[in-house]
Amino acid sequence: MTAQTDVAAQMAIELRGIDKRFGPVHANKYIDLKVEQGTIHGIVGENGAGKSTLMSIIYGFYEADEGDILIDGQVTKISDSKIAIASGIGMVHQHFMLIQNMTALENVVLGAERGIMLNDSMKHAREVLERLSKEYSLEVPLDTPVEQLSVGLQQRIEILKALYRGAKILILDEPTGVLTPQETEHLFKVLASLKEQGTTVIMITHKLQEIMAATDNVSVMRRGEMVAHVKTSETSREQLAELMVGRKVLLRVEKGEAAPKDALLEVSNLSWTAPDGVLKLDDVNLNVRAGEIVGIAGVSGNGQSELLDVLSGIKQVQKGEVKVNGHVIDKSHPLTPSEVRAIKVGHIPEDRHRMGLVNSFAADEAFILGYHRLPQYNGKVFSLRNEITKDCAEKMEKWDVRPQDPNLKTANFSGGNQQKLVIAREMEQDPDVLLVGQPTRGVDIGAIESIHNRIIDMRDAGKAVLLVSVELEEIMSLADRILVMFDGKVVGEVPASVANEQILGLMMANIVPDEVKALQKEAQA
Amino acid sequence: MEAFNSLILILDATLRVATPLIFAALAGMFSERTGIVNIALEGKILASAFAGAAAAYVTNSPWMGLLAGVMVSVVFAWMHAFATVTHNGDHVVSGMAINILAAGLTAALGNFWFRQGGNTPNLVDPFNDIDARFTPITFPFADQIADVPIIGGIYSELLSGHFLLVYIALLAVPVCWFVMFRTRFGLRMRAVGENPSAVDTAGISVTGMRYLSLTICGVLAGLAGVYLSVAVTAQFLPNMSAGKGYMALAALIFGKWHPRGALLACLMFGVLQAIADRSQGASLGGFSIPVQAIEALPYILTVILLAGFIGKSIPPKAIGKPYVKERE
Repeated sequence: MTAQTDVAAQMAIELRGIDKRFGPVHANKYIDLKVEQGTIHGIVGENGAGKSTLMSIIYGFYEADEGDILIDGQVTKISDSKIAIASGIGMVHQHFMLIQNMTALENVVLGAERGIMLNDSMKHAREVLERLSKEYSLEVPLDTPVEQLSVGLQQRIEILKALYRGAKILILDEPTGVLTPQETEHLFKVLASLKEQGTTVIMITHKLQEIMAATDNVSVMRRGEMVAHVKTSETSREQLAELMVGRKVLLRVEKGEAAPKDALLEVSNLSWTAPDGVLKLDDVNLNVRAGEIVGIAGVSGNGQSELLDVLSGIKQVQKGEVKVNGHVIDKSHPLTPSEVRAIKVGHIPEDRHRMGLVNSFAADEAFILGYHRLPQYNGKVFSLRNEITKDCAEKMEKWDVRPQDPNLKTANFSGGNQQKLVIAREMEQDPDVLLVGQPTRGVDIGAIESIHNRIIDMRDAGKAVLLVSVELEEIMSLADRILVMFDGKVVGEVPASVANEQILGLMMANIVPDEVKALQKEAQA
Repeated sequence: MEAFNSLILILDATLRVATPLIFAALAGMFSERTGIVNIALEGKILASAFAGAAAAYVTNSPWMGLLAGVMVSVVFAWMHAFATVTHNGDHVVSGMAINILAAGLTAALGNFWFRQGGNTPNLVDPFNDIDARFTPITFPFADQIADVPIIGGIYSELLSGHFLLVYIALLAVPVCWFVMFRTRFGLRMRAVGENPSAVDTAGISVTGMRYLSLTICGVLAGLAGVYLSVAVTAQFLPNMSAGKGYMALAALIFGKWHPRGALLACLMFGVLQAIADRSQGASLGGFSIPVQAIEALPYILTVILLAGFIGKSIPPKAIGKPYVKERE
């Protein structure tokens, strides 16, 4: 490196006018970015703001149409990942790039072998990894197939992979999405110690709280443009949110006290075993009363999805009983999803692409999915296309779905508007019980606000709402009571007034803190 | 002693029958482990059998036949790679296209060149000075100790007296195992079939790996075809592969995409075939069992075993999926 007077030399990485189009989509518009050596640099932006594209360009996964990338002050043409790795760039992708049936050791060695034979590479990698994992507290079992490890450990392997390749610049794409709060905290410690050793860290996220907690500098992206560069110490969550969305956003959900009445949804001793023999729901008991929101927290994959599937009739009850509005559903009285809808249960599925919508359908067709048998949509022989379109157009206006075009293909709406379409469909049927899964996954901040308000409105209208979400903040701000699931079981229950990240985080790892135990005892007495 | 002798004869026949299956199953393994569904093994075998026999006849050398057969099979494998890897085509559809192409092309060219109804001329023809067939290898002292009880049977009958390609097939199994589990190439190959994006981000070319694997697949499938025409039959006959490519594919799935498993599955098919061959004309309680029923036995067993008698066989995760870099 040259003299310190040279400003560029202190920059680990600098982007000048990076521009990228995918057909008609202008994903990155002439982006400039400077990342100082030895800092943690956050990049925030809504879904589709172009953060991931930008990072993929730095990592050589895509090539920019225009612009230069400077690494340590040198213009570097990164045409594939190999060059990025050789230039000291490592990346931890949002969806881990691991071979699931291989061990940590094999995953680390892959692509960084020392010769044609594996033995020597493996031995060398084992030594280096043992040293690295001690140095940065990144301990992982080296000889267990990755698929048997938790996501937290898998992420460590990804970081080790980058370090093993000599990464001086580490890019993390949405690193905390699947972690418990404790795992997140540990990750931030690791990043801090990496920074101490001189590694530059770039962290992409949409979680403002984490930006505030972990970074030195922040850059904000909006619709493919870089709109601001600020020092973390000189900004606030509110300011960042405003920069991201381009207008003022209310981060806190305003809601009054809940006024719960009789239980509308009662689940007792519900168990469900997957076809491969894994017990996904293990003796679940819960109830949701009219006029309250019950939140289900937990790291994804601990039975929440199966619970929603069983309650909505997609999966059949195997053991135990579900009581909805007085109707009993059990093994000898199974109900199909349409029968469940008929007893006034609405279901906003977790994955709108897989279950909520048919992407190739027009909006008005997607809008009647599941309700297509209703008399108002059907004539004697044919369905009433005009009525359907008219109805959809009305609801789109009411729910502010943009663009307001009932004939547009579902796939061409943004994530937030697709979700609004699903929510409008389910809520417009005026269900008594509403099952909500990940209502704001992949939805931009502006739309999150309105979706949250709609859910509160349902509660205030005396509906029973069951909310499943992996976003703790969402659960804490919406729910009146919070249940935590782990390994198919309900670990415990906390009133929203008491819940905080620490408590929920411990419960998500199957540890019930004493204060919660005391509360539960009190409730029983 | 009678029983021992028939056992030896059955095992001897097993090796002969299993050899093309072993080559083809290993060929399939290289392709499927990198994520390319290889239903085209059949076509590659057939094409190389034809090219092998034709070249061996024309040059009067089995070795030239071997070379030509392997080369043609590799070209077919590249066609498959061009369709599936370069153009992200459907693996099964392009594979079937290759099979149909091979079946039609071999018969047509055979008829056009040799005018024997699609057959190639016999590779052993003393009147025309043609001797282009592989000859079996006799082990030292095999003749001398042939009459020694037990040992003679095992050494002289079972082990000695096979074509060179039989021994190569048996040797290829541990070699392929070593390549797959002990070398850099093998690690990368297994990774491509599981998660190509991970391989791409590790700085390895997915396309390159898949072309390379399919090339190896072509070589091995070529050996299977050459074995059939230049060694066993000493002649190419239309459709002589007779489903061996599909059988090998089944053996590969049985064997859980593992060389050892695939070998065992091929030997099992071989034994069934050998027993079927020997049992022709056998009778059961006065009923004479139709030959066709016995010949169908290996295939029926294949279906039954595939239908769930072998425990869970987990295919490579990315198999059959074209690798396209996706946006966001």
